[in-house]
Formats: sequence, C-alpha cells, structure tokens
Amino acid sequence: MPDAGIVIVGAGHAGFQAAASLRQHGYDGHITLVGDEPGLPYQRPPLSKDYLDGKIGLDLLLMRSEAFYRDHRIDYLPGTTVADIDRAGRSVRLASGERLPYGHLVLATGARNRVPPLPGVELDGVCYLRTLADTDALRDRLAAAERIVVIGAGFIGLEFAAVARAHGKHVFIVELTDRVMGRVASVPTSHFFADAHRRTGVEFGFGAQVVRIAGHGDKVDHVELAGGERLAADLVLISVGVVPNGELASAAGLAVANGIVVDRELLTADPNISAIGDCAAFPCAHADGQPTRLEAVQNAADHARCVADRIAGKPHPYAALPWFWSEQGPLRLQIAGLTTGHNHTVLRGDPESGEFSVFCYKGDALLGIESVNRPADHAHARRLLAGGRQVTPDQAADADFDLRAAATARPALPGAS
Amino acid sequence: MPRVTYIAQDGKETALDIDVGTSVMQAAVFNGVDGIVAECGGSCMCATCHVYVREDQLAMTPPMNPDEDAMLEGTASPRRPNSRLGCQLVASPEMDGLVVYLPETQT
Repeated sequence: MPDAGIVIVGAGHAGFQAAASLRQHGYDGHITLVGDEPGLPYQRPPLSKDYLDGKIGLDLLLMRSEAFYRDHRIDYLPGTTVADIDRAGRSVRLASGERLPYGHLVLATGARNRVPPLPGVELDGVCYLRTLADTDALRDRLAAAERIVVIGAGFIGLEFAAVARAHGKHVFIVELTDRVMGRVASVPTSHFFADAHRRTGVEFGFGAQVVRIAGHGDKVDHVELAGGERLAADLVLISVGVVPNGELASAAGLAVANGIVVDRELLTADPNISAIGDCAAFPCAHADGQPTRLEAVQNAADHARCVADRIAGKPHPYAALPWFWSEQGPLRLQIAGLTTGHNHTVLRGDPESGEFSVFCYKGDALLGIESVNRPADHAHARRLLAGGRQVTPDQAADADFDLRAAATARPALPGAS
Repeated sequence: MPRVTYIAQDGKETALDIDVGTSVMQAAVFNGVDGIVAECGGSCMCATCHVYVREDQLAMTPPMNPDEDAMLEGTASPRRPNSRLGCQLVASPEMDGLVVYLPETQT
C-alpha cells in the first residue's frame, strides 16, 4: 500500500465518493480531497430541481457534515486549485505553490459548462447551471426575470424550463437539432417530452441556430437566430453540454480524447494515476468496450467505488450498468443502459397515459430501456440489463409479459450454469 | 425530535435525533451512517437507501406511495415485507423510537 497516501483532485460526486469508499473499505493511509469550489462537497442533481425551486436549502444539498471529514480523517481542501502534476516525483503542485505527495492520484476533475463561441455570452443575464454558485446566481435572476430563452434542450435546459414555467415565466427553448434530449433519448421519448413541455406553455425552436446574444448596454436584451428572428430575453440559460476537464492530465503527458483515457480498471497509462467520473473516458462493458464518457451520478459513484476497491487491494474491471434520470415538472425519466446506436424501439405502455417505457434495440440486442413515470419498469430494467439478460421485442410489447420475472430469472451470463 | 436508531449488519447501533421533516435517509447520510448510499439524493430514483423497519413498528411509518413500492423492486439486497426506502420515511413525532436495520448491500 502506498505510503504517501491518496490525493483526489476534484470534490464532486466522484471525488467525494472515492474518499468515503476508501475509508469504508478499510484504507488507513492519508487521504487528501482537493476541491476548487468553496464550502463542503455537495450533490449536484437537486441544483436544477428542488434547490433551484427553493424547496430545499443548502443543508440538504451537502454530501456530509463537516464532522464526517474529521471523523474519517479526510483532509478536505476547499477552494484549492491544482496547478500541475509531477509524475516522476509523484506529487501535485497547488496554485499556492504547495506540493502534495501521493502514492496514488485520483483525477476526478469533472467537466465544465461548454461556452459557445457566440457574441454576447459575456452579457449580464447570461447564465449557466452546473455549480452551486451558478445556481445561486440563477435563482436570484429567475425571480426577477420575465422572458427566458434557454439555449440547448438537454436534461439541464428542460429541467430548468420546467421550474421556470412553474414560476410563471415565459420560456422559449432554442435547439440546434430537431428534437429534445437527442443525445440520450429515443425519438418517442423526445416527442413525448417536447409535447408535455409545450402543454405547459414552453415554446420551442428546433433546427434553430443562435448567431448572437444581443444586449442593451451590458444587459442581455434578445437572442438572434440564423434566420434573423429575435427572441426577447431578460435571462438566457446556456445549456449546451460540458467539456471534460482533461488539461491537468494532458499537461502531464497522459492521453486525453474526450476525457482522460483509462483502462477497464480506470487506470491511466501511469499506474499511479486513476481517472473517474465525468472526466474519464473508459472502455464501457455495456458499449462493446468502446471508449465512453458519461455525465452521471451513478457513473461517478460506481467509478469511485471501483478505484477504492483496487486501492484497498480488491481490483476488478469496471462493469457497472449505466443509469440516468431526469425530473421535469411531474415527469420522471429513468434510463437504464446505453441506448446509443439503437435502430428500433418498442413501446411498453401507452404514452397517452403518461406512463410508458421505450425498449431500445440494435437488431435483436436490447441496449437500454427508458421509463417515463414507470419506476417499476426501471427497477426491473436495471436488474435485467446488469445481468446481461434479454427480452425480445415481442415480449417487451406484450403487456402480459412478466418483466419482473424476466429480470429476476437465473443469470444468463456466459459461463453461468 | 424523534429519535431513530440504525442497526448495521455488524450490529453497530447509531441513534440520531432527527428534525421533523427530515428523512431517515437524509439524517443518516448527513451524519455519515455507513450503509445508506442514497445515490439520487432523495428523489426516489435509485433504491440505495433501503432499510428494514423493525417489524412491530411498521405502523409508525408513513404509508408507501406507488413510486417507492416500484423502486423497492430494484433493491440490491432482497426486498422483505418490512422494506422501505429511507428517503420516503420523513420524520414525524410518531416515529420517535423507530429502529431500522441496514441491509447487507445497497449497490
């Protein structure tokens, strides 16, 4: 076991969980958790939902109380930036000049908001939603706003739109592609969600390219589209995805290709450095081993546990099933598996009823299942897919087919008897 | 404040005085009770705050909604008649003295 202890760079879901799991697995060495944000580590998912809406306060957002870090001997350094990694000397240098030696380094640097190359992004009233600070600023502005333009119809944009509409704000969502959540959801699910948002009064512009954000003085005034259309706005949310924070790794000579490249045990080419969570590109067992980078709490936490297992002496390849969720007003979307590359879908349940699942297939292979207000389907889907089990398209469409029984049947994994 | 006692697999007991309105999950996580993961932060999305309520105390707990019932289908440790999700057990004065047992695994 390394004497110099573990340094974890990044105190989001992945970094925090790595520290907590190391202690849980009995690791007794020194643990330093370095975060660049002020305050204690917190949970991000509620930011765009209950926290933005004012339903919960900061106390319920925190991962743990301050005492937890003391009791578990986790040296937490908030508001601290790492300048570079000295791989030969096995240390990281902080922006302050201080050096932290490591036996093993865990990069959990996360991702940052993508800032589109548009004139006007610097205007007052142009907001983002990723960090607590982003959300606090946005929440204050939301209260005063009347006309909101959201750029990008992904999870964040839609979750924000649902909250803003519930507050009676006028919301227009501009999306470059032809549907919502196009990167993660199937066509039937996209259409259902777009219709549901429209019914609450949200307006959409699809296939719409923003050419600039224009101001009146230094304040945002409108968003201009390629066709010349102007959308009045006193608040603009930019939610066009994220960029993985790979610069530290890259500067240290580690491979970065849409994320820090790691092997199936989440190790970089340097045996003393792992990368986990949003910043890591890993060969995903649920995507034919293809390099995969996911932005998800499940991914962050399961990566962290995998690395903690290895450091505590129980290495194993990372194989957890990816799953995701989004809450948009009364709609709960839960996705199990990676549906990228699916070429046909089967509906289970009726979208008209507001409760249905979409089974996504590539040929005969079931890649993943999206469930809308059907949490039981999701629970079964996770078990089904994690166990490598399949259901045929006919079974999926058959309301009498027992999904629960299929999910809990004996494992169909290769080699299982 | 209602007092809730968590009993881990190894028998370790942790008693917490919980503010009314705070969930059994939130109190456990915030105070670092091992054995409650709560990946989704309390949205009833993940089923990793599974607890077994002491069988003679089920009547002290709030009724189960359909979402919780559904997500309990996906717990990592076996579901039993006294299984609940800690995020849905919001503390009330009636819950004073509640004992919950933590399952073998949450993930």
